[in-house]
Amino acid sequence: MKARAALAPLAIGVAGIVLWQALVVATGLPPFLLPGPRAVAEALLTHHEVLARAALRTSTEIVAGFILGAGAGSLLALLMAASPRVATALRPALLVSQMIPIFALAPILTLWLGYGMAPKIVVSALICFFPVASAFFDGLERTSTAHLDLARTMGANGWREMWHLRIPMALPMLGSGLKLAAVYAPVGAVIGEWVGGSEGLGAVMIHANGRMWIDLSFAALALVTVIALAFHAAVGWGVRRWLARFG
Amino acid sequence: MTAAVTVTGQVRIDRRALFPPIRLQLAPGLWTVLLGPSGVGKSTLLRLIAGLPIGGVFAGRVENRQPIALMAQDPGLLPWLTVRQNAALGARLRGERADAARLAAILQRTGLSDHAGKLPAALSGGQRQRVALARTLMEDRPVVLLDEPFAALDARTRMAMQDLAAGVLAGRSVLMVTHDPAEAARLADRIYLLTEEGLTEHAVPATSPPRQHADPGAFACQTALLARLIEGAPR
Repeated sequence: MKARAALAPLAIGVAGIVLWQALVVATGLPPFLLPGPRAVAEALLTHHEVLARAALRTSTEIVAGFILGAGAGSLLALLMAASPRVATALRPALLVSQMIPIFALAPILTLWLGYGMAPKIVVSALICFFPVASAFFDGLERTSTAHLDLARTMGANGWREMWHLRIPMALPMLGSGLKLAAVYAPVGAVIGEWVGGSEGLGAVMIHANGRMWIDLSFAALALVTVIALAFHAAVGWGVRRWLARFG
Repeated sequence: MTAAVTVTGQVRIDRRALFPPIRLQLAPGLWTVLLGPSGVGKSTLLRLIAGLPIGGVFAGRVENRQPIALMAQDPGLLPWLTVRQNAALGARLRGERADAARLAAILQRTGLSDHAGKLPAALSGGQRQRVALARTLMEDRPVVLLDEPFAALDARTRMAMQDLAAGVLAGRSVLMVTHDPAEAARLADRIYLLTEEGLTEHAVPATSPPRQHADPGAFACQTALLARLIEGAPR
């Protein structure tokens, strides 16, 4: 059943590659403008050492950014849920933080944090932060009246009500936020690499584009996609396993 | 005889009074049933006694010095806790350790001993309300507030749950809110009818609760209550 469910997306992937090849043949564009699937596969093989090192770097940034952003987002959601005052005060700031285009912020972060891994991780964390904070906070605010009534008549204090009722009830929403953040984390890391520094798949792309090595650029892009898919699947799997414990 | 709980006053929602000023008293150690159509404010009165937020403004007094326990139509079980853990939720929420012997005895009395390790998802609707009843008993409060606890159950299960609740809650001051005249006629020591016109007391059958469904007194009471509910309906 599971294998069959994966069949349709795989077929679409294959169809995409066939279409791509057809486009290369039909347009007759030179390989330095539009390389075919074969050229990209060759680039993957030829440059596998550079690409592997870059992929490892980008993956590290994605995971670190995700953990940092999701952690900070969860913490903020908890703070806001614990105190309506904090929520009222922070909600506009939270929204505004999301409205600042991350592309505009990335160069400034590079200026502040240098060309190392730090600015990439921060960009990725910033982009992960909002979906997690927003979804988790919504979940924490939506504890059913029946449960809140019980907690109150039973004499639970705010902290225990939070720990035993509101957090577990909000876990599915937190899970959705995490899965969404897992989609954005790679985007953040690659944006960070584009803007500055010489390592990671984003830097490989910039470097290759500058030299019209579109095949290498495509190869790096393909790797980013594979990493993003794998990361999303891993987070989804973790969330599912974790939620199973909470019925 | 002093009342266990007295509520006097009026509730307004959006400046409109739900009902004229009322005075509701719970007799100590007895079942008081508050009967009325939906939306008339029965649950609001119960929430006032429970000290829970209401969706309106209350002008009046609630006199109650005793702790309460609450059981509502939604059993409010936590899906990740077993039956045993759900029954002992109060202790968990207060950071206390539940008395294991008492817990076992209460699960036995509510017929849940064989289900103690199950999760709520594995239970029927009636069994879930049994867990809610066990949880209410674990709280061991002198005043028990029941907010239509059996309204979502089928007729046979509802009857069984009514008998069980009447037995295990005997001796406590109970306020049961319901819209079902048959339930009121079976279980009440005192019946109050709440309509848009206000609160009135209604005679109860001579026999003592829980009454048989075929008890002639209970049947006559049910019919009379139904007639008054129909009379009171706004035209």
